Parts: sequence; structure tokens; C-alpha cells
Amino acid sequence: MQNNASSAAAVHADAHGEAHNPALLHHFAEPQQQRDAASLGMWLFLATEVMFFGGLFCAYLVYRLKFFGDFAAASKSINMPLGATNTAVLICSSLTVVLAVWAAQTARRTLLLVSLAVTMLLGLTFLGIKGIEYKDKFEEHHVPGASFSFDKVEIPGHPHQYADPSHAQLFFSLYFVMTGLHALHMIIGLGIFLWLFAMAWKGRFTPEWHTPVEIGGLYWHFVDIVWIYLFPLLYLIDRHP
Amino acid sequence: MSDHSSAKSSPLPTYFVVFFALLIGTALTVYAATLDLGKFNAAVALTIASIKATLVALFFMHVKGASEKLTKLVVIAALFFLLLLLGLTMTDYATRLWS
Repeated sequence: MQNNASSAAAVHADAHGEAHNPALLHHFAEPQQQRDAASLGMWLFLATEVMFFGGLFCAYLVYRLKFFGDFAAASKSINMPLGATNTAVLICSSLTVVLAVWAAQTARRTLLLVSLAVTMLLGLTFLGIKGIEYKDKFEEHHVPGASFSFDKVEIPGHPHQYADPSHAQLFFSLYFVMTGLHALHMIIGLGIFLWLFAMAWKGRFTPEWHTPVEIGGLYWHFVDIVWIYLFPLLYLIDRHP
Repeated sequence: MSDHSSAKSSPLPTYFVVFFALLIGTALTVYAATLDLGKFNAAVALTIASIKATLVALFFMHVKGASEKLTKLVVIAALFFLLLLLGLTMTDYATRLWS
């Protein structure tokens, strides 16, 4: 008992001694625990995001099964090469994000700044391409609303059978809400990365403490995963000739 | 122990292998969509998407090397509730054949 009590006292003195790690908050025992707590918090948030997008995916699933032909016809009208390009752009940005995290872990300042900047550039490229797609949809009157029109569009694989415009409108509603919500996440991600870039520029991140880079990266990868599902579901319903 | 040793060796080769696998998966999913596989088109597309998402989660989001088991629990719980949402909805909508 005597021994245990004295060793506990020694640990306590150490924790508040001069050798205290400045990157370690007082309520954490060690840096690893502090990092785990931050990433666990982010993962919990991402779990709520899974349910947030999950509701939309569920609505999509129900109507796609109900109006498959109309959804296939509407899906064929969106620009697949642009969607595929955007998928590749996001995958590239996910690579630059892991490079940024690695650069922060290993104290490579230039690589960290370049990776964060390239990530933002790729994010902006994605939004630019998305903007072109939206512009096309507006010009084609494929945006749900008063001027929506989807007349005489054949259902793929069923010649002389036309898609029901009201069912196609449902597809475009889901298309705009799902890609729009995704784009909103991209814009928020860009804001986070701009802040990370400013922090990195000031040299705030060290191998001991770079938690924001790590959990900002988790968020960016999650948004990438959402797109990995959105691309085949929205763009590739029925593309074969 | 294994976590410690993997943290010391460079993760860069893994990152690049995953990166190229993701690009190949994207090309593959576009190619598969041009084939007439009947009902299997959707299954193939979703399988490729799920493999890609798993690669991102395991290697880019470091679920594989996570020292905290709670992280893995949260990931599994999120997937479980998503499947519950989709699965239970489908037990209703996918079985309304008589209507």
C-alpha cells in the first residue's frame, strides 16, 4: 500500500511538473488518448452524416425500384463523362489529403502546404464541373419546377416507349437534392481546408499535435465516399447501348 | 505492437496503391455500365462502389490501424443502422407485388 501510494503521488507530480507536454490538454493522460478522443468525436459526427444521406439514398432506392424505366431515361440525360471526371478528381483530392496528414505527422511543412492547396484546387475543380452540369440541366429544362420538360424521351431498351415526365422529374429532384447536399459538404470542406491552410502557414501543426488536419481529412474522405456511391447510382442506371 | 511498427514504416506505398486501385475501380464501373448485364448491372456497380468506399475507410481514414476499438464500433454501428433503414424499408416497398 505504502509503495502504491507513493508511486501514484510521483505520477501526479510528474503530470504537473515542468516536463509537461504543451500539446497535451490536462484532462488527457497521453497524446494518443487525446488523438483517439478527437477522431472518435469526428467518427460519431460522420455516423450522423451516414443517416443524413441515408434517408435520401432510401428515398432514391424506393422510387428507382418503382419507376425504373423513367429513372433510367432521366439518368441517361446527365453528362456521364463529366461525372466520371469528377469521381477521379475527388479520388485525387483524397490522395492529397492523406499526403497532407502524413506531412503533418512527419513535420514536412512544404508538403503539408502544397497538399492542402492542391486539395482545395481539386475541390474547386469538382464544384466547377458540377456547375457546368447544373447549367446544362437548366438549359435543357430538366430542373424540377414550372418550366420542367422531359417530353418524348425513350426508355432505354424499350423503343417507342416514352418516359413519364412526372416520374423523371422525381429523379431530377433526387439528383439535385443529393448532389446539391454533397456540393454543400464540399463547400464546407473547402472552408475547413482554407482554415487548415492558414493554421499550417502559421506553423501551428507539429508531429505531436495536428489533430485538425486528421479530423478535417476524415470529413473530406467521407464526402468522397458519398460521391463514390452517388456516381454509379445517379449517372450509370442504364448506359448500355 | 504491430500498430507501433506499422506507424514507423512509411505508409506512402499503401496510399499510392489504394489511390490507383480507386482510379481503376472508377474506370471499371464506367466500363461495366456499358455492358448489358440485366439485373446485375446495379449489383456490379454497387459492389465496385462498396469496395472503393471500404478502401477509403480502411486505408485513407485509418480504420484499419485505429488503436481505439471504439472507432471501429462507431463505423460498424453507422453501417448497421444504415442497413436497418434501407433493409426494413425494402421489406415494405419490395414486397408490395400484389398492389
